[in-house]
Parts: sequence; C-alpha cells; structure tokens
Amino acid sequence: MAAAQILAVTIFIVMFVLIVLDKIERHFVTLGCGVLTIVGVFGIIMRDTHAILETLNLHSMLKLGFWYASGSEGESTAGINWATIIFIAGMMIMVEGMAKAGFFRWLCMLLAKLVNYKPIPLFVAFMIMSAGLAMFIDSITVILFLVAVTIELAKLLKFNPIPMILSEIFCANLGGSATMCGDPPNIIIGTSLGYSFGDFIMNTGVIAAISLVLVVIYFLLVFHKDLRTKDGETIDISAMPTPREAILNKREFAISSVIFACAVIMLVTHEYTGLTVAFIGTFIAVITLITSGKFALELLKKVDYKTILFFIGLFMVVGGLEQTNILEMIAAFIGNVSGDNLYMMVAIILWISAIASALVDNIPFAATMVPVIKSLAAAQGVDLATLTWALSMGTDIGGSATPIGASANVVGTSVAAKNGYVIGWGKYCKAAVPATLLVITVSMLIIFVRYC
Amino acid sequence: MSEQLIITVSREFGSAGHEIAEKIAEDLGIKFYDRKMLDEIANQMDINVEVLEKYDEKPRNLMLSRRVGKYSNSMEEILAETQFDYIREKAENGESFVIVGRCSETVLQDVDGMISVFISGDREHKLERVMSKYKLSESEAIRKMERHDFKRKRYHNRHSEHKWGDSRFYDICLNSSPLGVSGSVKVLENYIQERENLRKK
Repeated sequence: MAAAQILAVTIFIVMFVLIVLDKIERHFVTLGCGVLTIVGVFGIIMRDTHAILETLNLHSMLKLGFWYASGSEGESTAGINWATIIFIAGMMIMVEGMAKAGFFRWLCMLLAKLVNYKPIPLFVAFMIMSAGLAMFIDSITVILFLVAVTIELAKLLKFNPIPMILSEIFCANLGGSATMCGDPPNIIIGTSLGYSFGDFIMNTGVIAAISLVLVVIYFLLVFHKDLRTKDGETIDISAMPTPREAILNKREFAISSVIFACAVIMLVTHEYTGLTVAFIGTFIAVITLITSGKFALELLKKVDYKTILFFIGLFMVVGGLEQTNILEMIAAFIGNVSGDNLYMMVAIILWISAIASALVDNIPFAATMVPVIKSLAAAQGVDLATLTWALSMGTDIGGSATPIGASANVVGTSVAAKNGYVIGWGKYCKAAVPATLLVITVSMLIIFVRYC
Repeated sequence: MSEQLIITVSREFGSAGHEIAEKIAEDLGIKFYDRKMLDEIANQMDINVEVLEKYDEKPRNLMLSRRVGKYSNSMEEILAETQFDYIREKAENGESFVIVGRCSETVLQDVDGMISVFISGDREHKLERVMSKYKLSESEAIRKMERHDFKRKRYHNRHSEHKWGDSRFYDICLNSSPLGVSGSVKVLENYIQERENLRKK
C-alpha cells in the first residue's frame, strides 16, 4: 500500500504543480494524471479492479437514485462525480442560450436604469445582482457580463470602475456560497454528501445573506469616495444604452428567460420533487437545445469541454488519494490536532480551506476535502453537516481573497485589464482580504453559535 | 517596394539587434516597430504607458497569475496578446515593417513575405556594449544581460512552440560581433534583397 500511496500523492502534487505552471492545458494535466492514477496506482501497484471501477464510477449513472432520489442520499464520494459534471454541462448550455439572447446585458441595463444611472446606487445594486445571479449561474458568466457592462457604464458615467469590479467579484463568490449550484465546490460538496438546494440555502445561504449585508456596508465605506463623478459633470441619461437594445432576439430572449425560471424552480424544489441535479442539468440542456433549433449545434460547440474534462481528470486523481486511504490519514490528523473539540475542527476546516483556496484553485481543494470531512465526521462522531458548512464557506469565500483564488476573480481582473483597468495584487488584496476575513469570521461565529 | 515585406528581428541583449533592425527599416524605407508600439496601445486602452512598460516582453509570474479558459489575469500575458493582435492587424493591413522581438516570427509565421532574423553576439562584445551604453560595471552588466536574456527566452518560449534562438526556426541567424552594426546590416540587407528577387521571379 505504501508504494501506491506514494505514487498517488506524487501524482497529486505533480498535477497541482503543472496546473500552476500552466505550460500544458489544465484538462490535459488532470486527465493525464487521472490516467496515471488508474494505470499506475490501481492497475500496476494495487492490481485492484474494484478501485478502478469505483473511481470511474460509471455504474452510478445506471442507478435510479442518480436521476431521481426519494431521500437525501449522496451520490458517492468515491471517484468521478458524474452528477457534478452533468449538471455543470447542462447549466453551461443553458447559460450559452441566455447569453446569445442578450439576457445578462438586458438585466444589467435594466438595473442601471432603475437606479437612474447613479454610481453609488448602481454600485449597491450590481453587488446584490452579482450575488443573486451567482446563486444559480456560474460565477464566471456572471462576472463576464457584469464587468463588461460596468466598464461600459463607467466610461459613459465617468467613474472609476475598479471598486465596482472588485466588489462584484467578491459578491459573485459570496452568492455562489449560498446555494448548492452556485459554485463548483458547492456542487461537488452537495452531490457527494447528499445535501439539497434547501439544505444549502438554510445554512450557507443564511450565512451568505448576513455576510452580504456586512460586505455591502464594508465596500461602501471603503469605496464611496472613488465612486463620485466629477463635480459639475452632468450625465445625459437619454444617451445611455437602454435595456431593450440589449435584447438580441425577442423570441430567444423569452424562451431563455422561461428556461432559466424553470431551472431555478427545479433547483429550489428538487428536495421535494426528488429530481437530482444530474436530472435537472440534463433536462435544462435538452430543453435549451430543442428550443434553439438550428442553433443547437452552435450552442453545443460553445460548451467549455475543457472544464468538463478538467473535472473528470481531477476526480480520478482525488480518487487515487481516496482509494489509498491518504484522505483518511489527513482526516485522522485533523481529528488528532483538534483533540475531539468540534470548535477546533470547524475552525481548522474553515480557515485551512480559506487560506488554501486563496492561494490555489478552490475546486481541486474542495474535491479533496469532501472525503476528508466525511471520514473525519465518521471517526470523531461529529455532525457531518457542521463540517460541510465550514468547508463550503471556507473554500467559496477563501477564494475571494486573491486574484487567483477563484475563477471569477481571474476572469474579472482579466476583462478589466484588457480594457485598461489594471488590478494588481496590492489593489485587489487591499479590498478583498479584509472582506474575506470579515466573512470567514462571521461564518465561524455563526457555525459556532448555531451548530456547536 | 510594392509587395509586403515583414522582417522580424529577435535578438540577444547587447547584440545590437535593435540598432541593426532600426537601420534596416530606415534603409528600406519601411516602418519600424519596437517597444514604442506601447504608446499607441496605451492610447487605445486609455492607460498610462508607464503602466504597460513594466510588463513588456516579460514572462508571467507563475505564482501570482492564473488562466481560466481564454482569460488570463497575468498583465504580462494580456499585454503580449494585445501586442500580438496589434502586430497581426498591421500585417493584415498589408503594411511592410521591421519589428523587434515580441515573438513576432511566431505570431506572423503564416504571413507571406515574412523574413525572420535572430541576432546573437560574442559575450565580450555584448558585455562591452552593455557596459558603455548603460554605464555599468562589468558585474552589473553581466547581471543585466543574463536577466534580460532569461526573461526574453521565457517570454518567447511561453508564446511559441519553437525555442528562442534555435536556428532551425529562423530564416537567418547572425552573430553581429565580427561584422559590427554596419556590416551586419549589409549582410542582412543583401539577404533580404535576394529573397525579394526570388519572390519576384
């Protein structure tokens, strides 16, 4: 077993280093490392067909529970989490359809019009919208559209868009933490451990809502001076782009809005209907493709297959750590360090997740930690849910602290820089680190009071 | 000169590659692009050029930046890609020019009429040149040369499948030290003329 463990850990470290080096595209890295895990660790060293099948996890899709679950049973923590992958792919197709119809730009412009194009109300409104949209749609898409519109409005209204971009990114990550489908770490956590949309809303959702209020106040205090337009400058509101102009095709717009509403309703009620996220993802994708007619192929081509493949490879590599009991060892270590003290366990998981997610991609981290907390809860006899909410908040919010912590941060700062608004580490962290510390501390206190 | 002519010049630090390239552009009466293209890019982006200069022809910081799909938040990479688009646009518009660095031999590899040059130099000649040009001591000049060449190499190899300075991937590689600037210019202009003659046949 020792040789298998050494190889599994080595593959995991090599994968992380190669992702950071970014010489080879990251989906090739995770898939290559995943194949190496299957062949080297399970095939050659362990000679364990069962471990290979468990990690590939293809059989899970054949079970009724994968598509329809009567109870809140987790899919499986072992191997490739196909529910996550199918759901993400389905949502990608839906989002492509919405973007094509002009939905996001319309929403941004509508909100801007509602607040009369005044920078400070716009600042607050866009933060709330960022969090609200990110509850259901991946934060990359939310930020992509929001930042583009923010820059466009900033040029017209003559204010500095950087404070707004920074706060939008933070709120997108915060909104993502509120639901099961908001952030990839939550999808992984939810599907692996069997928590529903409702479970997340009632737990991380409450923490995120309280945090959002505090964060809006914090960003207002920090940035209100930067958002003032120049004295005496009058803005011609009639020259502003109207929401109507954003709609590229009325029919497609109506259809995509209905599909989005369906997705939200299905996700909110999936606990009661029994429909799993895999089913919802598939259903939404199929409906989007059917209604898009001749553009179906175009939408399919736009799906980010690289991310899907990245996830598949990642789960295989983490499967290697799981099957060789490495993750159990990490769980035992956390158990020993915390000395059976639940407060300590929560604090360790929350802060370690937050710090790690600020420095490395939070998706591989969450995928690795899910089996760890499951094992820790079983070994120490503590409530898994408590550790789950700590992990979720830690990975989702910790990723907000630096420009590389979460995908939304990378995309937001990239779009800003391409438009001439360079946001370096200093500027980013000066705003985001205190906000992150604030939310992580609030999360810790709420978890302590409510669950410990 | 009726047909489009593009000459890309890659160079070792201190090899006088920049000066040679500028002289060729002047002799041929075509435009010359170097880091001054940043002025125009900065203008387009409505940003101070000094901000961009910090990131010009530099490799990305591995630990401080990340890429998600086609979005990188490394300013070095964003600037490189902006410059590549700028260069491609100039080429697509049919403009003839000499360009220094910026991985241009890779960016413009599909352009008909592109001639790629790599200029190296003997270490002692490069050292002497760097010491006198920047008024540096020998050790300072060595450090500067090594630092710049290391960064240029990493920058190039990040954006190109070919290795920086590998003779197989350039039309002509020249050591500027034996011939000096004017001699090197003469050799390269002869080469360019021969290539032009062949194209006209």
